[in-house]
Amino acid sequence: MLKKISKIPFSGTPEQEEQLRACINESKHDKHLLMTVMQKAQDIYGYLPFEVQKMIAEGMDVPLEKVYGVSTFYAQFALSPKGKYNISVCLGTACYVKGSQQVLDKICEILGIEPGECTMDGKFSIEECRCVGACGLAPVFTVNEDVYGRVKPEEVAGILAKYN
Amino acid sequence: MKSLAELAAIQDKVKDSIVLPEGSGDVRVVVGMATCGIAAGAKPVYDTLTDGAKDLSNVTVKQTGCIGICQFEPVVEVYEAGKEKVTYVKMTPEKAQRVVEEHLKGGKVVEEYVYNYKPDQTDGGYGTLAKSDFYKAQKRVALRNCGVINPESIEEYIAMDGYKALGKVLTGMSSDDVIKCVMDSGLRGRGGGGFPTGRKWSFTAANKADQKYVVCNADEGDPGAFMDRSVLEGDPHCIVEAMTICGYATGATEGYIYVRAEYPIAVRRLEIAIAQAKELGLLGKNIFGSGFDFDLHIRLGAGAFVCGEETALMTSIEGNRGEPRPRPPYPAVKGLFAKPTTENNVETFANIAQIILKGAEWFASMGTERSKGTKVFALGGKINNTGLVEIPMGTTLREVIDVIGGGIPNGKQFKAAQTGGPSGGCIPAALIDTEIDYDNLTSIGCMMGSGGLIVMDEDTCMVDIAKFFLTFTVDESCGKCAPCRIGTNRMKEILDKITSGTGTQADIEKLEELADHIKQSSLCGLGQTAPNPVLATLRFFRNEYDAHVIDKKCPAGVCKALLTYKIDADKCKGCTLCARNCPVNAISGKVKEAHTIDTDKCIKCGACMAGCKFGAISRG
Repeated sequence: MLKKISKIPFSGTPEQEEQLRACINESKHDKHLLMTVMQKAQDIYGYLPFEVQKMIAEGMDVPLEKVYGVSTFYAQFALSPKGKYNISVCLGTACYVKGSQQVLDKICEILGIEPGECTMDGKFSIEECRCVGACGLAPVFTVNEDVYGRVKPEEVAGILAKYN
Repeated sequence: MKSLAELAAIQDKVKDSIVLPEGSGDVRVVVGMATCGIAAGAKPVYDTLTDGAKDLSNVTVKQTGCIGICQFEPVVEVYEAGKEKVTYVKMTPEKAQRVVEEHLKGGKVVEEYVYNYKPDQTDGGYGTLAKSDFYKAQKRVALRNCGVINPESIEEYIAMDGYKALGKVLTGMSSDDVIKCVMDSGLRGRGGGGFPTGRKWSFTAANKADQKYVVCNADEGDPGAFMDRSVLEGDPHCIVEAMTICGYATGATEGYIYVRAEYPIAVRRLEIAIAQAKELGLLGKNIFGSGFDFDLHIRLGAGAFVCGEETALMTSIEGNRGEPRPRPPYPAVKGLFAKPTTENNVETFANIAQIILKGAEWFASMGTERSKGTKVFALGGKINNTGLVEIPMGTTLREVIDVIGGGIPNGKQFKAAQTGGPSGGCIPAALIDTEIDYDNLTSIGCMMGSGGLIVMDEDTCMVDIAKFFLTFTVDESCGKCAPCRIGTNRMKEILDKITSGTGTQADIEKLEELADHIKQSSLCGLGQTAPNPVLATLRFFRNEYDAHVIDKKCPAGVCKALLTYKIDADKCKGCTLCARNCPVNAISGKVKEAHTIDTDKCIKCGACMAGCKFGAISRG
């Protein structure tokens, strides 16, 4: 599975870095603990941006490509952050023929990101999903737990504005 | 912990709180708080009961693991000295409040809330869980403490003879004695392979090394399987104890538990169990004054199915991409960190302490000739009683489905049972009298697997099921070896063709040929077993494959591309509801006149059929 790599500039805080350094120091005596450190790093940052992988590689004294290899092997590791509001657009057949691609395009246009990405301010992320089983409401998208059905592209802006 | 006497002293102190002494008037209330219970809302129920009972000196309220009846969560059980326990189901804080007032304070069972309550039952009796069809045929060995003790209390585990087996081993048995006992019991690996556990231990024991390891495989990745989670959440100490025993028998002083990160409650309870065992000296240096040292670590998985394969799991513990290694060398020679290693699954370990305490003969008295003991199954799918069941080996599938499972819902016909998840096969209705054990299942091209048992009825398309599992293996193939990485993809493409109506007879033959190659040439168990769901369904349900490729029909009405929706003109009242429900405007017709579906436009979503009040729309 190919993972989407975030283009958002890294915005880690000094506190986060301090936490990460502390956890690296705890484990650097044993390179086998690499995955454990990466799991903690993801708890701290929410995902594993390149900068964090680099800190881990240097701190644990393992090649960066190894850290990258492990991060892309396991489903649990995310290379792109999820927004505060995660938008999931149904691209199942019913929604697709009712124009969900246009809805998705509109959302992407408004937010300026592609599916699998997150906005710079960390507020919104977009993903495509398969049928959510609400074909009668097509086209459908969800924002976190909220479901929006029979959506027209021109209504998207108004819906997203609710989450500001 | 220095001696058995010390252990016995703890047991004496706490025993009465679980096995309530007759005439004491004591009441013990347990709330099922495994993942399933908590998800169903057990926490507020627990809080209400704790709060309501705080002034009642004779009542204790405890959390416990999985009681086994998933569809009735949250479950609360009330034990009273000298009485049958009472099982309350589908509890809410409001119901719990009434139980506090009427049962705990007033001594009167709130009958409407009990398991299997039938309002017309006139004898005043209420169905206790233990006497129900669901429980009667079960025998709980691995799950003996699940749903009974508080998993976060080492004292309660000790009260139920916990750590007694470890004491017996360390104070009076040689490592050879232990291995012989496990070997004589006939216990076989419960992770699916069925390799004799005692032999596995003897291989590691025979290899000399400065360091050896014990590994517990708790990376339960089969979709629909939750046996290991339930053991870890309900009785974590039994794994700690069994791994220590295994360490002593094989000469290992360190152990690793590799558990899925998706099981946070299991992880937390294991951490608590390990900390408690260390505090009491049941882990660490010089356990029971025997000079034997043992330490345990937890490692979290990160969402890779292949890590359930033993060599991939070890590669993952070492901090690498979880890719399998070729065998030989086998783990018993060169396993974790290139040292001799014994790896067993959670359920296998869960049997060990009982075998040591009650003896190999006791264990071997259960089950069939070559499959001893019991097996835990996660019963799910199209079945009335979903849940966690533990049955003696040799129980027939019919008994599991008709008696324990309570049959198929909505009067539908049983079609097949799937075992072994993405590596397994299926047992068709014609073989429902098969006695479940390792060899019987293998002989019909199926496998025991780790314990997922998914029941399927007439509405399940077997080609679609095969595709479902293959999609899973395609996603989870680690990519190291070509047969699995590429071959499973090609198989899935053929299945896509067949389920979309463009398949041919030649495709089915190609599918069989590919399956054979992948089985022969894949590096690890994942690839070697990946074609099994296809082979098993081809073997028993070839007619369904034929229907897809020759008649271009899906007999179960699942594969959308092969379906057509039709409106029966005689039944249609022309209410226009279907036309309004249709997301793609494929239905036309005038008000009060029969409607028709444009099959070219139809996307087969079924919204019309679901909404029709006159049953005028059919699928075929």
